[in-house]
Amino acid sequence: MSSSTNERVNPRSAEALREHDEVSESAPSGGMKASGGIAGWLDDRTGGAGFVAFLLKKVFPDHWTFMLGEIAMYSLIICLLTGVFLTFWFVPSAGQVVYDGSYLPLQGITVSEAYRSTVDISFDVRGGLLIRQIHHWAALLFIVAITVHMLRVFFTGAFRKPREINWVIGTILSMLALIEGFAGYSLPDDLLSGAGLRAAEGFMQSIPIVGSYIAYIAFGGPFPGETIIPVLFSVHILLLPAILVGLFTAHIVLVFVHKHTQYPGPGRTNMNVVGYPFMPVYIAKAGGFFFLVFGVVALIAALVTINPIWAYGPYDPSPITAGSQPDWYMGFADGALRLLPGFLEFDALGRTWSFNVFLGAIALIPVLFTIQGVYPFLEKWITGDNREHHLLDRPRNAPVRTGLGVMAVSFYLILFIAAGNDIIAIKLHLSINDITNILRLSIFVVPPLAFWITKRICLSLQRHDRDTVLHGRESGTIIRTAEGRFFEKHEPLDGYERWPLVQQEVPEPLVLGSQTDANGVAAKHARSERIRARLSHFYFKDRVAPVTPPELAAAHAHGEHEAITPPPETSISVEGPPETQGLASPTSEREVVKRAPEKDL
Amino acid sequence: MVEDGGSDSRALVRLDEGHHVGTGGLPAEFQNPGLPEHVHRLADETPAAGKRAERQVATLFGVSMLATVAFLVAYFAIDYTVDVFVPGIGTTNLLHLVLGVTMAVSLLGIGFGAVHWAKAIMPDEEIVEERHLQRSSDATRKKAADLILGGGEMAQLGRRPLLKYSLGGALGLFALPFVVQVAGSLGNPTEVSELAETLWDIPKNPDGSPGAPIRLMRDPELTPIKASDVTIGSVFHVMPETLKESTHVLEDKAKAAVILMRLDPSQFAADERGRKTQDWGYQGIIAYSKVCTHVGCSVGLYEQQTHHLLCPCHQSTFDATRDMDVIFGPAKRPLPQLKITVDASGYLVATQGFTEPVGPSFWERNEFVNE
Repeated sequence: MSSSTNERVNPRSAEALREHDEVSESAPSGGMKASGGIAGWLDDRTGGAGFVAFLLKKVFPDHWTFMLGEIAMYSLIICLLTGVFLTFWFVPSAGQVVYDGSYLPLQGITVSEAYRSTVDISFDVRGGLLIRQIHHWAALLFIVAITVHMLRVFFTGAFRKPREINWVIGTILSMLALIEGFAGYSLPDDLLSGAGLRAAEGFMQSIPIVGSYIAYIAFGGPFPGETIIPVLFSVHILLLPAILVGLFTAHIVLVFVHKHTQYPGPGRTNMNVVGYPFMPVYIAKAGGFFFLVFGVVALIAALVTINPIWAYGPYDPSPITAGSQPDWYMGFADGALRLLPGFLEFDALGRTWSFNVFLGAIALIPVLFTIQGVYPFLEKWITGDNREHHLLDRPRNAPVRTGLGVMAVSFYLILFIAAGNDIIAIKLHLSINDITNILRLSIFVVPPLAFWITKRICLSLQRHDRDTVLHGRESGTIIRTAEGRFFEKHEPLDGYERWPLVQQEVPEPLVLGSQTDANGVAAKHARSERIRARLSHFYFKDRVAPVTPPELAAAHAHGEHEAITPPPETSISVEGPPETQGLASPTSEREVVKRAPEKDL
Repeated sequence: MVEDGGSDSRALVRLDEGHHVGTGGLPAEFQNPGLPEHVHRLADETPAAGKRAERQVATLFGVSMLATVAFLVAYFAIDYTVDVFVPGIGTTNLLHLVLGVTMAVSLLGIGFGAVHWAKAIMPDEEIVEERHLQRSSDATRKKAADLILGGGEMAQLGRRPLLKYSLGGALGLFALPFVVQVAGSLGNPTEVSELAETLWDIPKNPDGSPGAPIRLMRDPELTPIKASDVTIGSVFHVMPETLKESTHVLEDKAKAAVILMRLDPSQFAADERGRKTQDWGYQGIIAYSKVCTHVGCSVGLYEQQTHHLLCPCHQSTFDATRDMDVIFGPAKRPLPQLKITVDASGYLVATQGFTEPVGPSFWERNEFVNE
């Protein structure tokens, strides 16, 4: 600054800049005296109080199936915690050393550094075996929980608008979890995982055109090479965990943004969420549940040995153990490899096309997960339903979706069983050829059958719901009339019990518009629209409508039943505000309609 | 059950209408009865029950603390080499067992305590929170769109396409060095021919004539095998003599593994392939690559009675009497045969390398098949 500015007030002098500053007095509220200081200090600097308030008053509905995703989340956290511990001792190197640790049977044998350090963790690091086994068991539990959580979300229709993005995120998460698991159990470089990597090289080589190059890049030259262990290590502890944690954070944030779905029930509507507040109930329940999951995993790890790599021995390309199998979650892909017949490999154009390997080992996983990922968009296109859905479907009320889901599960299970064809053959004294051939046939026959049977069961259960609403539930009390006739007394349902059985919508199939246009010329419907109409027909042609009040009244008019108790006149607590017209609100729609007089009221 | 196209009041809905919009058309249905009346817990109404719940929670937390202390004591006090026998589990390391169980109790104590606290003492009356549509209001959407489009306009994206395309090109190319560096530095993809080379390939003398045959050695002792050692029905796991000088033992073993067995000459199939099997062997002793042609596992299971080789990974089954023809399973090609004879000292030797690549198929495989 030049000295000439000293005469007049410098508009950029420190004093002038501070002139309008407001001094905030931190004034902690009465109830927060103790923590008010810290909380106030933080809020002065972050303005986080509003966010904390938003978070802590969030309401979560209670249901045991909502804990499945929680188990997955906690297993992931357990894996992260124990994984950090393991990196302190694990040496990701294929360099050859002579084992001289405390496990006598291996002493003097040449092993890789990765193998030696894993055996050291198991025998020479105090508590190391416990942490290793917690890590492995938690990883298995992680993928079990993800899978079952995914099935819950699918069968209850929780993937519908606005949650399609979260469904896709979850799909990617579950696929990455498989790869993360495979990378993890390949690291100890024992005989079993080495055979797995050998097969993985074969998988890569089966890719048309670029397969040999991909295998060379992955293994840094000929198998096994010294590159794969360090590369897998980086992938397993850095790359994939970073992506998993990132996606999982997005997954959770979206759950908060969307608010949790809930099962239909009295007081629950599509426009509200009924449950307990995050603070204090869910902090205690969910926080406590983390310790329960961790405790159970620790107990299993203490009592049940998993992946005893010291018994398998170090990797050597020549020997092999009978009954070589991957961890459970890779079973379906391994089973596919066992079922695919050899004739799928052929020579054409002077090149080798190994579809007997490629289809099961490389294509299967991305194809299955892609089908899973696009399903919500497909269903939305077929149903033409563009509303938000926050009330879950009871699986029986969506018979085609439930059927398709069971069909997919049966397909998966057949592949999974195929991965154990040798074990089944040995334990049950059957011919492995027969088992394999039966499974090859089943993969085409069972899934459609499973679809059909499931759909029929769903429709029957819906009819059973109708029956329960109309005639009450069986009380077990047999009554003898004066004429000597016997009948069972049925207890009528009250309004609260009845509501979950009658609340569902029954969508009808979409049909094409008029077949001729205004001039009488046959209208041309786009091919896609015709397909859509046909699929919609497939989805909704068979349906069971819930009982209506007139029907119930008619049933009681037969005079066979006791008078039923009228439903209470309490109205639902929240009416749909005008801007919620995009929400699926069967209740508010139904209320517009004049209700038929109910005789029994 | 409502049959399709039934004559009830629910007319089918046209595609362009969607069948969920609108309020009419639905018959009278039941109404949501609303939340049932809240029933208070015993602990809310009787102070004694509340006190009891408090004591239970505190006890669970206390158990957790005790278990943690026990963990710490065990960590220092127990010798980590001691094993114990536990009924139902078997012999297990004592320290591992005690650490695991105390850790589990410590964690479960906190978990059960917190959950019991939540269920017995914290409020159990359900709260109703309203939902709102996820979408922003039209005004907010317009504001965001204006900002995006306005920003693009300010940057003159539309008016100066050259900038747009050159930026796109630069960003597109920018990722390439990383891809090339990773792919190029990890493995050299030009050496695919290595997939077809094994230690059994006879090295050439300086004058171009083929070098000495390679002895078959027992794996893992690496001792030579006399033809007379191989009795009918026996199986040997074999490596080439040259493995001793190998600098890449595992890589070379992975391709050179061979399985050797002896059949009674009458057991070979009577067709051309059975004769080839015999011709490439020595007095019924035959040698085959042990690397499965499916995905590369060791084909290690030999069924003496049926003369079948079975791969334990995916159960491909090969017929040793007929040139390792695939008789079951996902593999397509027979295992490649190694042509063997005996040298002057009576040891088994290979007079030529494999005539085709061993192991799983790969794209360029046909280039390396010499027939």
